[in-house]
Amino acid sequence: MEDQIKSGRARWLSAPTVLGCRPAAGWGQPALPVLLALAMLVTGCRQDMNDQPKMKPLRGTDFFADGRSARPLVPDTVARGHLRTNEHFYLGRIEGKLATNLPVAVTAPLLARGRERYDIFCAPCHDRTGGGNGMIVQRGFKQPNSFHNDRLRGEPAGYYYDVIANGFGMMSSYAAQVPPEDRWAIVAYIRALQLSQHATTNDVPATELEKLLQVKP
Amino acid sequence: MTFGAVAAVLAAGWLVYTLNQSVFVTEVAVAKDQPVPFSHKHHVLDVGLDCRYCHTAVEQSGSAGIPPTKTCNNCHSVLFTDQAMFAPVNQSLKTDRSLDWIRVHDLPDYVYFNHSIHVQKGIGCTTCHGDVQNMPLTWKAQPLQMGWCLECHRQPEKFIRPRDEVFNPDWKPGPNHAAEGRRLVAEYGINVKQLENCSVCHR
Ligand code: HEC
Ligand code: HEC
Ligand code: HEC
Ligand code: HEC
Ligand code: HEC
Ligand code: HEC
Repeated sequence: MEDQIKSGRARWLSAPTVLGCRPAAGWGQPALPVLLALAMLVTGCRQDMNDQPKMKPLRGTDFFADGRSARPLVPDTVARGHLRTNEHFYLGRIEGKLATNLPVAVTAPLLARGRERYDIFCAPCHDRTGGGNGMIVQRGFKQPNSFHNDRLRGEPAGYYYDVIANGFGMMSSYAAQVPPEDRWAIVAYIRALQLSQHATTNDVPATELEKLLQVKP
Repeated sequence: MTFGAVAAVLAAGWLVYTLNQSVFVTEVAVAKDQPVPFSHKHHVLDVGLDCRYCHTAVEQSGSAGIPPTKTCNNCHSVLFTDQAMFAPVNQSLKTDRSLDWIRVHDLPDYVYFNHSIHVQKGIGCTTCHGDVQNMPLTWKAQPLQMGWCLECHRQPEKFIRPRDEVFNPDWKPGPNHAAEGRRLVAEYGINVKQLENCSVCHR
């Protein structure tokens, strides 16, 4: 469902301020300049090219009863290119059970994308580290569990995909805002966040550890 | 007599031009009343939401899009729902009819505009929409007239910013912006020469 915004232009045309439009014809006889100037100010001019009878994004219409020019899908139909047969990728499941792995390769660009999308769509509530104390929670929304508790660390990757796609309790579905590719990027990033809160020095490659230990607190 | 006529024509021309640049026509900085008093200041500055949380389409499509009422409901399923100003939102959810937001920006239909290309080439939201994060009700920061578009299409280096700063409402040009701008125009492969062609915007 896409909202419409009404044309402000059409509104001010109806007001007595039809000052903005340019003369539709030429200037005519210079003998009547004053009349012309006045005529231009009070009569308004044609706006056909400004407001063409076509449907642009966000524009409403009188043609359909619900006023929307962006039509919802007809029930029981699938738009071309929208057939989703890959269960793992689109539902986060393999033979009906939540998948434990990702259907895409985890790469640095995927994690970067995941971080960006997580910060936009999830951090307002789950906060940037996944602790569950985001800005909206501070303003009174229900506090979600931390992603770092034992149960959530044990949940399969498909679980996170499923929550994004279908929502969970008080949290609504993010399917309309986050497309499937980005959902997986976010899942990968949540895994990275979880790792980051439970890492030990043993997880760090020896050469990097050397550098870390040299940093004075 | 002739002199008087010419003077009158010039005066009329001047009048029309002046009116055209005036707020009556451009509506710059005129806040519009909306069905719900939606505040970018509260949602962007105070709460810290990213533009893309609501204007999800802005990176891939021509239209930035206005969020459906469902998006408001992500948070306002609980927050503030009992207040009178939320009646239209609740109504929209109940009836599945869209909220009637009043347009703030509206180019004539003979002009083609596309958000995604500008966003991809490092033109930030605030360059064209102004200080949105401080607007309690949304208004137009720029006239959106042809001369304004061309001012940038002739020298985008003055306005361009790094891609990852496009959504940052606090971004300000640095002291070396002249050199940095030229570098970014080259890096993003912007073909400045063709940007003035009429057919770019009138197609
Ligand atoms: C508007 C606030 C809000 C946003 C934004 C949000 N969530 Fe949530 N989330 C919640 C709340 C609240 C819960 C707990 C719901 C409940 O218990 O009823 C929750 C629960 C969850 C859970 C399940 C936790 C559990 O205990 O099993 C996961 C996983 C999750 N969210 C992931 C995400 C991801 C990923 C995103 C971003 C795409 C996201 N959330 C965005 C509020 C939010
Ligand atoms: C919480 C959702 C939300 C967020 C976040 C948000 N907006 Fe909006 N935006 C809206 C709604 C709703 C409207 C329509 C009502 C209005 O015009 O104020 C709107 C309208 C606008 C308009 C005017 C559209 C018109 O009618 O021409 C602009 C420009 C805009 N937003 C830019 C931004 C920018 C830039 C950001 C990020 C700094 C942003 N928005 C963040 C919800 C949001
Ligand atoms: C991510 C969560 C979130 C979303 C999405 C959201 N809001 Fe809000 N909204 C808030 C919070 C938090 C506040 C309180 C702001 C504050 O305390 O500064 C608020 C305040 C408001 C207010 C209260 C008046 C005010 O300005 O203080 C209105 C009206 C409002 N929102 C309308 C909307 C509408 C309309 C939409 C959908 C386009 C929307 N909100 C989407 C979180 C959200
Ligand atoms: C190059 C200038 C420019 C930039 C950069 C820009 N906009 Fe716009 N925006 C416009 C113009 C022009 C319109 C009016 C479009 C129309 O009437 O067709 C508009 C309209 C809008 C609208 C109303 C809905 C629509 O798409 O018509 C929203 C919302 C919006 N912009 C948000 C944003 C956000 C968010 C960003 C940053 C990602 C952004 N804009 C960047 C020029 C710009
Ligand atoms: C602040 C700078 C700026 C402003 C203002 C601006 N543009 Fe642009 N515009 C650009 C840049 C940069 C590009 C990318 C050019 C490229 O990729 O070679 C562009 C590209 C475009 C394109 C796509 C060109 C193509 O080759 O497909 C269109 C259409 C366009 N602009 C229309 C407009 C219109 C209409 C306005 C005024 C309402 C406007 N622009 C205002 C900077 C701007
Ligand atoms: C960067 C985008 C852009 C380019 C390039 C451009 N225009 Fe425009 N043009 C616009 C916009 C935006 C308007 C609408 C101005 C308004 O609403 O006041 C417009 C309006 C017009 C109008 C209507 C005049 C009026 O003021 O009502 C004419 C005629 C026109 N353009 C001709 C041209 C010609 C000829 C060229 C090539 C030399 C050209 N344009 C190049 C953006 C552009």
